Amino acid sequence: MTLLQTQNLSAFYGDFQALFDINVTVDEGETVAIIGANGAGKTTFLRAVAGALETAPDMVMFEGQSIGHHTAHDIVRLGIAMAPEGRRLFPSLSVEENLLLGGYSKRPGPWNLKRVYDLFPRLRELRHLPATDLSGGQQQMTTVGRALMSNPRLLLCDELSLGLAPVVIRDIYDCLGTITADGTTVVLVEQDINRALDASARFYCFQEGRLALTAPTKGFDRAAISAAYFGI
Amino acid sequence: MQTDRVERGTLAGRIFAVVAVVLFAALVAMPWWGDAGNMRLVAEMAYYLALALLWNLLAGYAGLVSVGQQAYVGLGGYALFYLTGALDVNVYVALLIAGPFAGLLSIPVSVAVFRLRGAYFAVGTWVVSEVFALGASLIPVLGGGSGLSLTPDIMREIAPDRAGRDMILYLMSLAIAVIVFAIVYLLLRSKHGLALTAIRDSEPASASLGVNTFRTKFIIYTVTAACTGLVGGLIFLQKLRISPDAGFSINDWTVVVIFMVVIGGIGTIEGPFIGMLVFIVLRELLADYGAYYLILMGAIAIVVMLKAPSGIWGWVSHRFNIELFPVGRRLALAPTEDGGKK
Amino acid sequence: MEWLNTFVQGSLLGGIYALFAIGLSLSFGIMRLVNIAHGDLIVLSAYVAMVVGQGTGLDPISCLVVVVPVMFALGYALQRGLLNQTLTGGLLPPLLVTFGISIIIQNGLLEGFGAYTRRLQQGAVETASLQFPGGISIGVYPLLVFGVALVALGSLQLLFYRTGLGRAFRAVSDDADTAELMGVDNRKLYAVALGIAMIFTAIAGVLFAIRTNFDPSAGPIRLILAFEAVIIGGLGSMWGTLIGGMMLGIAQAVGAALSPTWQILAGHIAFLIILIVRPSGLFPRTRD
Repeated sequence: MTLLQTQNLSAFYGDFQALFDINVTVDEGETVAIIGANGAGKTTFLRAVAGALETAPDMVMFEGQSIGHHTAHDIVRLGIAMAPEGRRLFPSLSVEENLLLGGYSKRPGPWNLKRVYDLFPRLRELRHLPATDLSGGQQQMTTVGRALMSNPRLLLCDELSLGLAPVVIRDIYDCLGTITADGTTVVLVEQDINRALDASARFYCFQEGRLALTAPTKGFDRAAISAAYFGI
Repeated sequence: MQTDRVERGTLAGRIFAVVAVVLFAALVAMPWWGDAGNMRLVAEMAYYLALALLWNLLAGYAGLVSVGQQAYVGLGGYALFYLTGALDVNVYVALLIAGPFAGLLSIPVSVAVFRLRGAYFAVGTWVVSEVFALGASLIPVLGGGSGLSLTPDIMREIAPDRAGRDMILYLMSLAIAVIVFAIVYLLLRSKHGLALTAIRDSEPASASLGVNTFRTKFIIYTVTAACTGLVGGLIFLQKLRISPDAGFSINDWTVVVIFMVVIGGIGTIEGPFIGMLVFIVLRELLADYGAYYLILMGAIAIVVMLKAPSGIWGWVSHRFNIELFPVGRRLALAPTEDGGKK
Repeated sequence: MEWLNTFVQGSLLGGIYALFAIGLSLSFGIMRLVNIAHGDLIVLSAYVAMVVGQGTGLDPISCLVVVVPVMFALGYALQRGLLNQTLTGGLLPPLLVTFGISIIIQNGLLEGFGAYTRRLQQGAVETASLQFPGGISIGVYPLLVFGVALVALGSLQLLFYRTGLGRAFRAVSDDADTAELMGVDNRKLYAVALGIAMIFTAIAGVLFAIRTNFDPSAGPIRLILAFEAVIIGGLGSMWGTLIGGMMLGIAQAVGAALSPTWQILAGHIAFLIILIVRPSGLFPRTRD
């Protein structure tokens, strides 16, 4: 069943057009990767889906409903959650308070504090510390946990690997496996192409705001991606 | 081959200049065709226009939203009264000193208030004005709470008879409005004006390009204070009396000025003219309704700020693409070889 | 012992100044909005209490039962209906819109109630005093007001650090954009924030009007006093505001001891000195 579908999605920052007619489809239970160079529009795409950027109503369809004109907080209520680029944890809040804030919309579902701590045991020990005191990897876990607290049907992950050491990245992606095993649909934006492709069933490659390439990841020639990635 | 040029004037601006000159000549000739009441009204319009142009320069161009300019109105007025009264200085000389005196006092003030930003800067300037007002009320030689008056001798220094005085004060009001306008206009056309527009658009960006934002803002603040002091001296010269409440009244010298600029069009040089006219018309129309005209002006200012933040002139100028007083610079592209524009 | 007395009176004055400052501090901390109409809203609360008192015969403090919900609703409506639209336009819209509201309130009160000075009568507690050794005499009323300030700040502390709403307030204050992405309805939250600010504004308005004469133009000086308390204490720190209010009160008391007409001026001068010497205040906390 199609969970998310964008139809000729175009997005602007003032007069600057960041996305041109993007058509992306995500089926329920899938993990889809979005790759591309800096400035390709990947984060803009996620923000448009999450409602942080206003678009025409029909440009973003979720569970068959137009949500392009909805506010970001309404979209959380509908079942889309984001782990934003750069973590964006709240410095005035402790780890636990950040997680609790994630549950603000009170959507029913399997995720709660205990379950998040079971997924990320290290956070349980650190839960009363100010969130920004944690290491990069621990902050990233908190960000994902915070998004999970809203019991989303669709999880948007923006640059999970940004600024993290390879062994930490591996740990986080292992956890992602646990999340998707439950049936949560995930859209993954990544600059680390190999990580993204290893974790996903299909991928889209963006280039300067446009869709350059889309294919299943299984068996796809990685070398062929460079052409789409760099636009050569 | 023609090159791209930077142009200053516009056609609308040139037409307007001709109309303005004719109107102005008529105003100058008013002592010969108008009556005392009308002259007083025009004089009032002139000094309100001057105050509005100055506040607009400060807030609309330099981004310094001051709610304390009444401090300099009062300082200028008190300087005039003290110099002529206690120190026996000639009234014209005193008027010439009043401005720079206010400007001088604005220097230590800026040391304190420039530490604040945005709305905090606004309230800070207000506090400073209150300090001056309270100070004036506590100093005996300044007349304490009841203030000072101008003696008939001082008034006779201007002209021996009533009609002569009315004419001279009226012409001085026009002159000061023209002088303030000239200072503001020339400032905005100069490289300081370009710096101001840059600072207004983005202070960090302009600083990174080498614009000395602090010095530019400091110069604008002190020049504005000095001009406001000069206008203040003139205002109270015509009122013949000054007291701490009247001299430093936020309602008389700041509230109405802010409304004029906001409704007319903040950040445009034409705005203060329009705002001043709107204010005078509204006040005269609603004269019988007490404080209601202020409530109405407050409501209009709120609506303008929410719906048309560039004010009446901003809306007109944007819609019809006119600029009457050319302070901007436009790039006139040279035609390309194939006849079209680049 | 004269100086000790001055010190004590001045410190207690800090109670009412802290109460003035709470509303201003809340709206700046959560919405980054400096409400120029804040002082006028304090005075408006006093007039509402006066009207309720005249209608019901209740004493002013009992009238708070009506005044507080009324002012909460007004704050909620003001933010939701008007001020939320000013938050994205930069510096000028919030400043000028609240300035416009200030003028409308002042002149509306003038037209509605006239320029007469008023006072709310609470009764014997206004003049009662407690005697302490060393010739210190402390008024019961200032002590009561200081106690209310402590309770107010304490309850705000609880709200911010022990409730989900307070958590949301802190998150929005940190990063409004991300809070929205987490499901927080910012616009509604801001309206609740101003409503809560108005609860304390209402309390401050009634308490001050029992002790001090007021008229429609009494707003601006209250704004300035609140502002001075916040700046001296340091932006963003609730308890710092209490200390700031006390320092302001002490400066004023010292000025008044030298000469009664110097009271307010002494406060302004202390404020300006702090501004020049230590611009971030005594206990600064807010990141802008």
